[in-house]
Amino acid sequence: MSTVTTRTLTFREAINEALVQEMERDETVILLGEDVAGGAGVEEFEQAGAWGGVLGVTKGLVEQFGRDRVLDTPISESGFVGAAVGAAATGLRPVAELMFIDFFGVCFDQIFNQGGKLRYMFGGRAKVPVVVRSMVGAGFRAAAQHSGSHYSVFVHFPGLKVVVPSTPADAKGLLAAAIRDDDPVLFCEHKMLYDTSGEVPAGEHVLALGQADLKREGADVTVVAIGRMVHLALQAAETLAGEGVDVEVLDPRSLSPLDTDAILRSLGKTGRIVVVDEDNPRCSMATDLLALAASEGFDDLDGPPQMVTAPHTPVPFSPALEDVYLPSPERIAEAVRRTLA
Amino acid sequence: MELTNATALWMYESTVLIRTFEDRAAKLFADGELPGFVHLYAGEEAVAVGVCAHLDDGDAITSTHRGHGHCIAKGVDVKSMMAELYGRATGACRGKGGSMHIADVDKGMLGANGIVGGGPPLAAGAGLAAKLLGTGAVAVCFFGDGAAEQGTTHEAMNLAAIWDLPVVFVCENNGFAESTPIEYHASVTDIAERANAYGMPGVTVDGLDVVAVYEAAGEAVRRAREGQGPSLVEARTWRYYGHFEGDPLTYRTKEQDAEMRERDAIAQFAEKLEATGMADGAELRTIDARCEAAVDEAVAFAKDSPYPEPAELMDDVYVSYEA
Repeated sequence: MSTVTTRTLTFREAINEALVQEMERDETVILLGEDVAGGAGVEEFEQAGAWGGVLGVTKGLVEQFGRDRVLDTPISESGFVGAAVGAAATGLRPVAELMFIDFFGVCFDQIFNQGGKLRYMFGGRAKVPVVVRSMVGAGFRAAAQHSGSHYSVFVHFPGLKVVVPSTPADAKGLLAAAIRDDDPVLFCEHKMLYDTSGEVPAGEHVLALGQADLKREGADVTVVAIGRMVHLALQAAETLAGEGVDVEVLDPRSLSPLDTDAILRSLGKTGRIVVVDEDNPRCSMATDLLALAASEGFDDLDGPPQMVTAPHTPVPFSPALEDVYLPSPERIAEAVRRTLA
Repeated sequence: MELTNATALWMYESTVLIRTFEDRAAKLFADGELPGFVHLYAGEEAVAVGVCAHLDDGDAITSTHRGHGHCIAKGVDVKSMMAELYGRATGACRGKGGSMHIADVDKGMLGANGIVGGGPPLAAGAGLAAKLLGTGAVAVCFFGDGAAEQGTTHEAMNLAAIWDLPVVFVCENNGFAESTPIEYHASVTDIAERANAYGMPGVTVDGLDVVAVYEAAGEAVRRAREGQGPSLVEARTWRYYGHFEGDPLTYRTKEQDAEMRERDAIAQFAEKLEATGMADGAELRTIDARCEAAVDEAVAFAKDSPYPEPAELMDDVYVSYEA
């Protein structure tokens, strides 16, 4: 039996490590985005990155790989995300950073109409191995245009893959897989998770896209939770354990492809399902998962499926409102009790 | 820039092949043979051909909704093109793309594009890949005067300029963004002036003169290949058909059209070839006949080809899609 060496890393460090390892492994992997190096064109910073990304996720990469492979871009999302797509179709493996997912509005054509459709439109005679990394999530008091979790929009489009990790180890393994994947992948990083820590394998660590992970095994209710919501679901499960309710927490990790087998298997075991998502509720991942339960798991349902999501509003600024906007362990626990009632 | 006999004859044949293909496509569309939208390139042949004369398969081009001419100039097989217009399994895109997405990545043709202004960022990316991989390739971005007003075009020009990418931006200015004249939709008289805003050379040429296009593009491609960065070439041209087939062309006058057709690119070039002794009339008629036969053959090939099987609907959405 082989032993995997692990260390405790933050979510941020785990992402950085995946980027370093993939860039060492494959010289066609490049990074581009606003301030991913920092200090471009400023003599005293040319050798060293001033920022390494606005929240420091790509720190140190420009020192190791140089400015040809860690490219600061103008604030020009259509231009550089589209360039990443074009470069992917012609031999590179670009990792573009769309700073906040809320910015997809200024470059979405290049992602879904170009990147996501090229292969199909060309009858399979092209591939677009591009990754778009983007920050998601509320809780940072960053207000409506820097706090969204709009990944459901991307899941909607055929040709795109969408990954939302919840732990440092998953972040590393899924980002490595996304970079090696030959399709366009949107990789969502919850900004409130960057400083969370966990054990992360030291060497090569590549997970398959489309495999859910059981974060807690249980017999009574399946809670499918996405991204940061996994941690809230685990807290709710602790509370509910004290009430004698045995909650299973399933983390899909990748929303497209989606591990429907794992979700239906868990539902088959527990007979009850609660979906927890930080995205807005209409036409969302949450409704999609409940549709799956209703259409393919109907016979297994012993109670009404529940969803716990953000409301159908933009993310508010005031801490007093943002805290109400976000799903909470308490609301998750209530939803579990409702499906058991 | 010296124009060899071989290149001149290749340019003549390519322009005629495009014209023949497009005139046939117009007829087939009118006869109800071709489904969907068709945007024809007839009239503008000198632009694609004068530019692509400097390119080989390793160079990339991005195209527009009016992409058939770019395909032919870049060496895409007309049989696979016609089969694509017919929606057949033998088409360049196996019938998945149609006229508006016709592509052949092996030939460096990164696709016609249904989004006006969709191509420029892709061309910047192809230029970035060529530069970082050190292939010596260049990327050419064909775009219309309509796309000149899209933000993507400006963003891509700026990116190519700040990164010194080997990209040539070729504006095919046919005077109309769909039905809206350039005098209305553009803030400048010459689109090439906008090159100044991005610190790159810009030049306006007569897009009905294939030799003028050849010379201007030659300089731009040379600069790109030698690592001197991007350029903008604006070619003033004229489309013979409407924006799309079915367009009633109520936004331009018959006199305007007749005046432009007086200067037909192919007729002009044929005269020049004969006047300079590069070819005689008989040689040119042989080429014309060869193009006619190639298009006949392409139509027959397309009509004989099978439609895609229903199961192919689900193919090639992803390279790999487990679960």
